[in-house]
Amino acid sequence: MTKIEEILQGILTGNKRSIAKAITLIENATAESKKLIAKIYPHTGKAHIIGITGPSGSGKSTLIEKIVREYRQNGKKVGVIAVDPTSPFTGGAFLGDRIRMQELSTDAEVFIRSMATRNYPGGIARATKDAVKVLDASGKDVIIVETVGAGQSEVEIIKVADSVVVMHAPGLGDEIQAIKAGLMEIADIFVVNKADRENADKAVIDIQSILQLNNKKNAWKPPILKTVALTGEGVPKLIEKLEEHKQFLRKEKEHKKSLLKAEAELVEAIKEQTARAVIEELKRRGKFEELLQKILKRETDPVSAAEKLLEESFRKV
Amino acid sequence: MFDKEKVGEIKKQRERWENTTLPKWISRHPERKSEFRNHSGILIKRVYTPEDIENMDYIKDLGFPGEYPFTRGLHATMYRGRLWTMRMFAGYGTAEDTNKRFKYLLSEGETGLSTAFDYPTIMGYDSDHPMAKGEVGVCGVAVSSLKDMEILFDGIPLDKVTTSMTINGPASILLAMYVAVGDKQGVSREKLGGTTQNDNLKEFFAQKLCIFPPLPSLKLSTDVIEYCARHLPKWNPISISGYHIREAGATALQELAFTIYDGIAYVESTLERGLKVDDFAPRLSFFFASHNDFFEEIAKFRAARRLWAKIMKERFQAKNPRSMWMRMHVQTSGCTLTAHQPLNNIVRTTIQALAAVLGGTQSLHTNSFDEALCLPTEEAVRVALRTQQIIAYESGVTNTVDPLAGAYYIEDLTNEMEEKAWEYIQKIDDMGGAIAAIEKGFFQKEIADSAYRYQREIDETKRILVGVNEYTIKEKEYPVKLLRVDPKVEEEQIARLQKVKQERDNKKVKETLEKLHYAAEKNENLMPTIIEAVKAYATLGEITEVLRKVYGEYKELIVI
Amino acid sequence: MQSIRKIRVLIAKPGLDSHDRGAKVVARALRDAGMEVIYTGLRQTPEQIVETALQEDVDVIGLSILSGAHKTLFPRIMELLKEKGLTDIMVFAGGIIPEEDVPELKKLGIKEVFGPGTPTDKIIKFVLENLPHRT
Repeated sequence: MTKIEEILQGILTGNKRSIAKAITLIENATAESKKLIAKIYPHTGKAHIIGITGPSGSGKSTLIEKIVREYRQNGKKVGVIAVDPTSPFTGGAFLGDRIRMQELSTDAEVFIRSMATRNYPGGIARATKDAVKVLDASGKDVIIVETVGAGQSEVEIIKVADSVVVMHAPGLGDEIQAIKAGLMEIADIFVVNKADRENADKAVIDIQSILQLNNKKNAWKPPILKTVALTGEGVPKLIEKLEEHKQFLRKEKEHKKSLLKAEAELVEAIKEQTARAVIEELKRRGKFEELLQKILKRETDPVSAAEKLLEESFRKV
Repeated sequence: MFDKEKVGEIKKQRERWENTTLPKWISRHPERKSEFRNHSGILIKRVYTPEDIENMDYIKDLGFPGEYPFTRGLHATMYRGRLWTMRMFAGYGTAEDTNKRFKYLLSEGETGLSTAFDYPTIMGYDSDHPMAKGEVGVCGVAVSSLKDMEILFDGIPLDKVTTSMTINGPASILLAMYVAVGDKQGVSREKLGGTTQNDNLKEFFAQKLCIFPPLPSLKLSTDVIEYCARHLPKWNPISISGYHIREAGATALQELAFTIYDGIAYVESTLERGLKVDDFAPRLSFFFASHNDFFEEIAKFRAARRLWAKIMKERFQAKNPRSMWMRMHVQTSGCTLTAHQPLNNIVRTTIQALAAVLGGTQSLHTNSFDEALCLPTEEAVRVALRTQQIIAYESGVTNTVDPLAGAYYIEDLTNEMEEKAWEYIQKIDDMGGAIAAIEKGFFQKEIADSAYRYQREIDETKRILVGVNEYTIKEKEYPVKLLRVDPKVEEEQIARLQKVKQERDNKKVKETLEKLHYAAEKNENLMPTIIEAVKAYATLGEITEVLRKVYGEYKELIVI
Repeated sequence: MQSIRKIRVLIAKPGLDSHDRGAKVVARALRDAGMEVIYTGLRQTPEQIVETALQEDVDVIGLSILSGAHKTLFPRIMELLKEKGLTDIMVFAGGIIPEEDVPELKKLGIKEVFGPGTPTDKIIKFVLENLPHRT
């Protein structure tokens, strides 16, 4: 058996070591990872993928720990992927999200993995998607992806999910602004954590008022739930809503969302692969370097150069 | 402090000096560094003159010893009257082992006992908890039930000694056990004297031995303060601790500011219980570290006293001067000890201890030179105690009160430490107080950055540690005699615990624990119900478990 | 496809003590040296540490302990690593560990033991030089 097949077999039987190795292959962006993903793809699509995001300090990891416990009590197998940023200066990363979930790490049916954003070809969103596929193929019923809700790349990561939970907590001040900027549109459920605090109701009202501004007519109305992650208060209700949303997605005619998701993935893959193919071909022909020099000398600009190149390539095709 | 004309003259002379003598000298003998800074990052001048303290007002800023603002010391005669308390920390093994140690110390004339508990006890676990494996009796004595406490103080009349207990999360439980032992001995509660560390706030960003989340932790600390104010008048309910903040990597300035801020939080929280500030403030005590930079430390202690006095008088309108007293215990800094050439640690400890004495401490613990390697051996403990005695009896520094007062450098540095601490206090006030700052990770981030900076300076030899990054020798490790705890301690301890659980009235235990659960949910002061529970021999672990259920468990906020 | 392999390190604190200053300084130094550092926080059981190493697929584990329980906890950790077939992970330790215990720990498979005051550069260099070849 080749190494890839061995890993594949391991994944399909839920072997933790194989899952871990597979994600490492994806993280390292090796050629093998592409083959592996191709092989596991037929085994995916069963898990309910939940994205959880929100500003730091909103209590994401603590809530996730409680969510996982609740799912485990219901007999579900759970995977968690926690994404943290890579330092642009040193290339290193500090991955500390699992700290609140450490007690779960010894549960045979829970798999937790921390990923750094690195400098992935195709972006961290691609790598996260692939890691989710591995967990999906390994038989996890629920897969949770956690990111800090700031910046475009995080929004991209969270789009991997079927159901997106956007968190907020009282006392985080202006960070509601951060939620506004891009996450409001993709949220399926809002959670106001630390609901035992003063101002929790104000946080709810803040979200309501922003939601009212958004007058898009959707069949799914994102509920706003209150939780106290520390004690687990409100978590069963959250799970209930997540299940409802899952059913909703199932019923939704033509699986519109799944279609959109598949389309987005396909487009992304085409983009990446065509770009690479074109670049490699140009390099082979020595054109790439030539154009680079021209750009450096200011004889042409990058956008015109790219246009010209594509024109030429397509003429050939 | 000086008349204007005179300062003008000094200024002229300084400028002349800076244009003649100084450049001439520097051109031939350049200074070793382009700038000199202390640990707190304060820029140290080449030379200090009366100009630097021109605006100081002797009466207002220094005053006389024993009077507001207490810069020069809490007492009128300081060490001419009574020396500081030489308090050494002890505790290991089973309750019997430590009881024996206590009796030995008492027979040698000590009246103040100080107890170290093992990690399971500190974390609220009984000795038979899975997390306790390998840790029972290792770093202190194991106390799981009142039975252990009875043995610990067997034959020691609690009205004749004072006992300091280094305990935070379960402070109310250990204090309840101490009260129960006192009750059994027939000692009235007004006569119980001692200290519980009980400073839960600093745990979140310094020592990290937290059991419950910040709010309930503050509540438990406040319960003890309130209970003592009402029932144990001679007990120091809390020792507000900068020591651990410093050991976690903070600078002297951060230690000063964050500790004082914790103090503010406890006062505010206790005032909410309906007590008047003068009812409890005289019993608040403080605990600081003494690190390597000699003058910086002295300035820190002096600034701390002045700051606290001002805060108590102005922010909290205290009337009793004792409420304005910052009574402090100091320990030399454990993290400055090196495993390399360990005898050098004796010298470090001496300098640190001297700073504490010149800073006017009430009580002092000196570290043993082998503590970077293991629990201190008896020989090393003796040298550490002798260090204090040599300072006290041979050095002559105790002959006058606050001997460094008036030194331009010391006074300027004291002023600067105070000013910069006020800036921090303002910042934390704006953030919404200590709990908000903890939850935002503010303290944690400040401390982690300082710790990392300090380590980088050492790694890059910008900061020299003798024997570590300079003046190293190829050393055969120093042959320290290691004190080991017998692994049997764990077995014995667990056996006793099981026996207690068999012999006690389990129905009563259940009732008291249920009552405690109810009281916790109703947000009552828990001291009375905890005392009831420990008297029924409910264990430390069982009581903590009830509180864990009500309050949840703290998971640390990681800030590096 | 261009590979972007990173060294993954688990910094773990077994035992009940809470002296995490050293662990955190080392974690930060390794991160600043370009590694991905997984930090588990305080008070981890041997089982949790080994499970984490497995799931995070780390190359290196750094154990930090100052409570004196290393003689109970380290053998257990090394035993579990063996059980799970993770012997290709390089393990080093730091904290307050008496010199006389070091040979015993090395015999268990712990590659190096660093005492208090070790410069972080030395630890970075050690990790880079002793990086296991893992498949």
